[in-house]
Amino acid sequence: MRFQNRVICVLSCATILMLGCKTTEPMYYYGNYSDAVYSYFKADETPVSQQITILEEVIAQAQGKGKPVAPGVHAHLGMLYFESGNNDQGINHFEHEKTLFPESAEYIDFLINKSS
Amino acid sequence: MKPIQFTLIILIAALISGCVSAPAGHDYSGFRAADPHSILVLPPINKSTEVIAPYSVMSQMVAPIAESGFYVFPVALVDQTFKNNGLTVANDIHAVPVQKLYEIFAADAALYLTIEEYGTSYILISSDTVVSVSATLVDLKTGNVIWQGVAKASSAETRGNSGGGLVGMLVEAAVNQIIETVTDRGFDIAAITNARLLSSKMHNGLLHGPRSASYGQPATSEKQK
Repeated sequence: MRFQNRVICVLSCATILMLGCKTTEPMYYYGNYSDAVYSYFKADETPVSQQITILEEVIAQAQGKGKPVAPGVHAHLGMLYFESGNNDQGINHFEHEKTLFPESAEYIDFLINKSS
Repeated sequence: MKPIQFTLIILIAALISGCVSAPAGHDYSGFRAADPHSILVLPPINKSTEVIAPYSVMSQMVAPIAESGFYVFPVALVDQTFKNNGLTVANDIHAVPVQKLYEIFAADAALYLTIEEYGTSYILISSDTVVSVSATLVDLKTGNVIWQGVAKASSAETRGNSGGGLVGMLVEAAVNQIIETVTDRGFDIAAITNARLLSSKMHNGLLHGPRSASYGQPATSEKQK
């Protein structure tokens, strides 16, 4: 009986402690976004075309998981398309960022006006 | 005393000690009144000798701010916009008037960062990579400081003293990753530093932003009062 009490005590303590460890599911899907941004900043060996592929994959993976893509992914991808000379896709992704995150609208419009 | 009891006491003492040292809670009244929806991360001032540090820290800023419920302006694009306007030095960017920043980005708030420490020091047996960042959040409509924080993370941290939970797991994950990619420890550690600094789940982190399910609820440190 005493042993049982002790077991119950230990188990309930463990449960209380573990409640503190509960992690919530992230709101957005990031994939390799931060790595892609880091590569861009460092201007390392990763060519722009490959950085585009990485971000297109992030977007496809997010869709596959039914999760919204992180803020900035479409804007960053748009910038990469502009840099590779594909202005249509650049505008496309800039507009996508605006649709998903209206907070970005004025800045994106500022960028579009500068580029045209 | 039986060894098992001794172990349990030590374990409980270790757990309790992790809870005692929490610093005083922030006053969030200014933050709450400003109610920012979007945050502009400015290129950080770098006090370390690592040239790569600002890039690494900036690349890891998005997740903790976005997960707290705010829109984060795309950091590389923002950096490019400053460069295209002749601003290549962080100190100069930090000196740009808030009205000008608001005019271009229409961001509600800007995050001014300083990298206090970044790098690896080699001690006898093991090496230790430390990333320490301080931050000030400024309301771009008024120029008021609405939040300040400082955080540090180190590769020397182990499961035992990291406080468990999310950060503990992050530390563990980063340490595992480090084994695979020895070259960029700083990048992994920066992710932990930034999460500690900013995440609304952290004591004295950001408030819960409008895109968070917890928007409007008290900050983590306010709940602990």
